[in-house]
Amino acid sequence: MSFLELQGIEKHFGAMRAIKGIALGIEKGEFVVFVGPSGCGKSTLLRLIAGLETIDGGRLLLDGRDITRLPSSKRDLAMVFQSYALYPHMSVADNMSFALRLANVDKAVIREKVQRAAEILNLVPYLARTPRELSGGQRQRVAIGRAIVRSPKVFLFDEPLSNLDAALRGQTRVEIAKLHRELGATTIYVTHDQVEAMTLADRVVVLRDGEIEQVGTPLDLYDRPANQFVAQFIGTPQMNVVAADAVPQFEAVLGLKVPAGGFVGLRPECVGLTSPGSGQLRARVELIESLGAETLIHVSTEQGAQFISRQNSRSALHTGDAVGLSFDPGAAHLFDAQGRVARNAGVGN
Amino acid sequence: MTHTSFLPLAARTIAAWSATLLLVFPLLWLFLTAFKTELQAIEVPPQLIFTPTLENFAEVQVRSDYLLYAKNSVVTSVASTLLGLLIAAPAAYSMAFFRTRHTRDLLMWMLSTKMMPAVGALVPIYVLAQTSGMLDTLTSLTLVFTLSNLPIMVWMLYSYFKDIPPEILEAARMDGASVWSEFRHVILPLGMAGFASTGLLCLVLSWNEAFWSLNLSSAKAGTLATLIASYSSPEGLFWAKLSAASLLAIAPIVVVGWFSQKQLVQGLTFGAVK
Repeated sequence: MSFLELQGIEKHFGAMRAIKGIALGIEKGEFVVFVGPSGCGKSTLLRLIAGLETIDGGRLLLDGRDITRLPSSKRDLAMVFQSYALYPHMSVADNMSFALRLANVDKAVIREKVQRAAEILNLVPYLARTPRELSGGQRQRVAIGRAIVRSPKVFLFDEPLSNLDAALRGQTRVEIAKLHRELGATTIYVTHDQVEAMTLADRVVVLRDGEIEQVGTPLDLYDRPANQFVAQFIGTPQMNVVAADAVPQFEAVLGLKVPAGGFVGLRPECVGLTSPGSGQLRARVELIESLGAETLIHVSTEQGAQFISRQNSRSALHTGDAVGLSFDPGAAHLFDAQGRVARNAGVGN
Repeated sequence: MTHTSFLPLAARTIAAWSATLLLVFPLLWLFLTAFKTELQAIEVPPQLIFTPTLENFAEVQVRSDYLLYAKNSVVTSVASTLLGLLIAAPAAYSMAFFRTRHTRDLLMWMLSTKMMPAVGALVPIYVLAQTSGMLDTLTSLTLVFTLSNLPIMVWMLYSYFKDIPPEILEAARMDGASVWSEFRHVILPLGMAGFASTGLLCLVLSWNEAFWSLNLSSAKAGTLATLIASYSSPEGLFWAKLSAASLLAIAPIVVVGWFSQKQLVQGLTFGAVK
């Protein structure tokens, strides 16, 4: 049995079935990321695990013990909130030591644990300050510090970086990854940002409409998406997915049999640009996004199908230029009419 | 704060002062009369300059044991405030943090009981007090004050609690806090302003309460409100003594109110002004 075991977890809000029988096992020390579009139930699922919402069906087991009906305060989980949720009337040190003080831990032990957490998180100079005297990034670190001093069984993160600006977000993401490597703590992390999911996770759980779409390592999801939704959700820019019917000669060009009413998916790095006249399809450049290290070229074929091509070099092309498109048939993912995968690309197989 | 100014500053100042004077005039009148003799008090035209005397105050104490009434007022208002907070705080807590779709209706219903004229409940409450032998006791007054202030206290605390972000309470729960430690370590310190202004308002309301004190108490449990009323008595009106008694009755609460104006105003705007 897994360390944290979700067995058919259900949650209803009135008539709405928000979480639909989620089954999932999380191993000790694992970093699992719940990802999905807003409203997919990822935060709700985390709150059910935390005990902040009541579970309407199924069972939740932690370390072999049934905690389905246990109040949050007795679950031995720590949570980092999106809004940080620091205690505004307490100093940084008191914020971090609150849980230990409630548990009547020896004062000397508390001091030592807080000091150690503050050292890890570069918070030593701020221990006597109150949260309102700190910057957003520092508050975030206090929130993380509050979680780590307790050495809980599982860390829960609810979109912890979404209130930070882009630069700080990247930096804090790296810090969280390092911290996890050092502490080896079991972690569940909720985000809508697939870059966070890809960079932090041992395993990613993709959710949609209260159901699991796919569970796997980040590269698993990238290389072998189980369906069109996962294929397009993971990866930026997203996978090109074109209805086979939209480009009549597509099957011939690729030499592949696409299921009736199905779709062809190609990652942007698998769409090559050639000189006009050569290549397998003719297209016109619609937009060029130069990002420095890479260039994203949006093209449209004669039939109106849209593709994005990722080039690892600067491009001499201009909007309106005619180009040819070349595809490696081995790189194509095929989906049936319902969006289920019929064949994954050969990459990484 | 922004003003849409259609009157020049001078005009506004004059208007404000006139309004203030109009409002303060009865108090000023009371204050002056309390230091006059009974004869001076009924003189026409009234004198603004006179030799003040303290004999009214002495007489009030001799004739009708001011200190007993003052003690009754202190006991009933403080006790009803504490009891009220004790009941209102958990009620407001559950309404603010564990909302159901009936919470709003419940709050409206509670407030609506304040719209009922008190006299409508006089007979049942009087009979209840009488049959339970609680007429003219501090206990019955304290209970009635508490009950009549409770809706407002719940409302005020509720509006203060609502300003506390619920994630902070969730964080405390995740940190292992029981309901009691959550209350003691998070809600109490964060809601201190709310508790202070709610308590203060309740104190003032109980102190000023006259209807129930007059009807449910007399010589033993009477509050200062009943003391004042006793001076418009069968022996006729004694303006100077009435004024002295009134002044003594309102003095403590005026002092308290003066020093806590800010909290009171904040409380009366139901937490809207921060």
